[in-house]
Amino acid sequence: MELKTFKKGGIHPEENKLSVSAPIESLAPPAIVSIPISQHIGAPSKPLVKKGDEVKVGTPIAEMSSFISAFIHSSVSGTVSKIDDVVDSSGLRKQAIIIKTDGDTWEKSIDRSPELKKNFTLDASEIIEKVKKAGIVGLGGATFPSYVKLMVPKGKKAFAVVINGVECEPYLTSDHRIMLEKTDEILVGVSLIMKATNLKKAIIGIENNKPDAISIMRTKAKNFEGIEILPLKVMYPQGAEKQLIQAVTGKEVPAGGLPIDVGAVIFNVGTAFAIYEAVQKKKPLVERVVTVTGKAIPKPSNLLCRIGTPVANLLEQAGGSLENAGKIINGGPMMGKALVTPDVPITKGTSGILVMPKELATRKKESPCIRCAKCVTVCPMVLEPYLLSRLGRKYLWERFEVEKGMNCFECGSCSFTCPANIPLLDYIRVGKTEVGRIIRSRK
Amino acid sequence: MSKELLTISLSPHIKGEETTPQIMYGVAIALLPALIVSIIFFGLGAIKVTLFAVAFCLLFEFLIQKFIMKVESSIGDGSALITGLLLAFNLPSNFPIWMLLIGALAAMAIGKLSFGGLGNNPFNPALVGRVFLLICFPVQMTSWPLPKLFSFSSLDSVTGATALGVAKEAIKQGQSIAHIKTLIPGNLDLFLGQAGGSLGEVSALALILGGLYMLYKKIITWHIPVSFIGTVIIFTGILWAINCEQYMSPLFHLLTGGLMLGAIFMATDMVTSPMTKKGQLIFGVGCGLLTVIIRIFGAYPEGVSFAILLMNAVVPLINILSKPKPFGTN
Ligand code: SF4
Ligand code: SF4
Repeated sequence: MELKTFKKGGIHPEENKLSVSAPIESLAPPAIVSIPISQHIGAPSKPLVKKGDEVKVGTPIAEMSSFISAFIHSSVSGTVSKIDDVVDSSGLRKQAIIIKTDGDTWEKSIDRSPELKKNFTLDASEIIEKVKKAGIVGLGGATFPSYVKLMVPKGKKAFAVVINGVECEPYLTSDHRIMLEKTDEILVGVSLIMKATNLKKAIIGIENNKPDAISIMRTKAKNFEGIEILPLKVMYPQGAEKQLIQAVTGKEVPAGGLPIDVGAVIFNVGTAFAIYEAVQKKKPLVERVVTVTGKAIPKPSNLLCRIGTPVANLLEQAGGSLENAGKIINGGPMMGKALVTPDVPITKGTSGILVMPKELATRKKESPCIRCAKCVTVCPMVLEPYLLSRLGRKYLWERFEVEKGMNCFECGSCSFTCPANIPLLDYIRVGKTEVGRIIRSRK
Repeated sequence: MSKELLTISLSPHIKGEETTPQIMYGVAIALLPALIVSIIFFGLGAIKVTLFAVAFCLLFEFLIQKFIMKVESSIGDGSALITGLLLAFNLPSNFPIWMLLIGALAAMAIGKLSFGGLGNNPFNPALVGRVFLLICFPVQMTSWPLPKLFSFSSLDSVTGATALGVAKEAIKQGQSIAHIKTLIPGNLDLFLGQAGGSLGEVSALALILGGLYMLYKKIITWHIPVSFIGTVIIFTGILWAINCEQYMSPLFHLLTGGLMLGAIFMATDMVTSPMTKKGQLIFGVGCGLLTVIIRIFGAYPEGVSFAILLMNAVVPLINILSKPKPFGTN
């Protein structure tokens, strides 16, 4: 049978899953953590602690400041040393709570035993409340507060939960490892999501390059009501929510719309695991699995590390020296952000740290567009990247908007493919920023 | 900690392998079978015309970019090489070198660099060169040495008109198709390469091989060649069905002249063809229709070059007509 995927566009870069067979290891808490108050989409959280306060692992240190925001918890035990601006993955200085570690004492309420807690009697609103209090956000990189997604808006009708086990970014393996090592936990998490959204059906999409994950998830899913595992053809960017929904359900989320418009509620496998821990083990989001990988890393690893740990600590654990590091990327090679310093802290949305050796760190020289249309063919949003990029370069914002430039979600497939090495997406981003500003000013 | 700075750039941080020169040299490789066949049939003449055409195109690109445009030279990207090869493929093997020089100048200066160089030219440069020559030197451009296996002296070649030319002339004079058939090579010869014509038109088989290679390498898609050739077959087929005494068969139209060369190598030029598959189908059908109209009703026996150039001109309109439908707007 032909495997499913999304309908238009897509590329298949070299997978380079160097860390795929490295089991998840725990990284010791660092001496100091810097926990940014803005690690999610939405309003920055409001600090609840001040300099000198004692905290344990799991103590809330910042609260939601609006509907779309998130709680933040201390990831170590120790003393708040200051609240200050630190450089985060965007390269900008942002406010963070800095805590000096002392031992590793956890909040008593947290159940740290490894045993699986499968049964639950909570109702939807109780689950949602726990997810909210635990500070869970989308761990696939989108970092949208999860509790909001669990509340299906009035007037919308959901028909299925779609779970993202695609991990289509080259190099990254954290989701793959979680699926192998925390299979039951994920499945309980998915059941919790189904309960919270009152849905009877969940489909977990996994790309066919992870046969071991597909097989173990399939075997164990038999013990759960209504969860189906769907192998998908390997195709980037299948992990993007609209593309995954199309691959799994065949439905096309309208431009500018949300998954719920076609009845889908979508979560990442890592988020499902975090939801399990939050609800069943009362554990807030204080740590996550991060892939540390790249051709400049001697020991590609999957590390369970505390939020706020400096990237440098992860590199050290993976044997990486900065000597041959040309570029350090927060995330995957297609959509990740290049870091300005290895002191940047790991946040809730960090799925991987990728180190490119010097020879792979720079771009090739740009030459004229030969109108080969390859960028058009690969664009999953079916846009015309060569045109959008040209409009961005020429400041033709009106036309940029008419040509649906705002639909671009910056997957990078066009720049990746262009034989003339044109940095198409750079100019499209310029256009998106400007047009975004114009659209906002109309309101 | 090292003092060396980290590179910062926006995503994506990896890049696919394919580059412009790779695509261009891929086209050049695809032209090799036809080049070999033409050398086999036309001997030294073919080698000479090809070498000079390529050399002149590279030279003009270099000179114009260096002394007039004052930009960095791009002769290494392979596009001038292809223009040279395609120009040669459109000429007879006994074509005078000094005329070739003019053709190459027209191709590079008018066809390509006056628009700003690679990627900006609306017309296929090799075709601009060819049509320029056809207008300036109609006699030399329409009398062709007859191909002869392994004829390595260009002196003893016999010249004649192409099969298309012979047929057109004869039909004009009211001769019967049965009679015309005795004047021109059989279909099998036309297919394998035993017909008079320009270098690259000589063997349909070799051109198809090159086309398959380009398909395999994803340099072209099937849309333009298939819709172009398909349209010619259907259109001439209809005329032939109406009156097979007055019109040549579709097979004849398929195998003669520059149809294969044009449909596989010239119309598919990325720079001068539409961006979407739908646009490419419209483009191919347009090329096919114009080719037949010119061949049958026009003054020239061959219409492929004109058809492609005319369609090149409307590519911007086709691009607007065939815009892709963005995701989420269905
Ligand atoms: S980055 Fe934007 S324009 Fe480029 S392929 Fe992805 S969605 Fe299309
Ligand atoms: S892929 Fe690059 S060269 Fe090809 S059409 Fe797009 S921008 Fe132009």
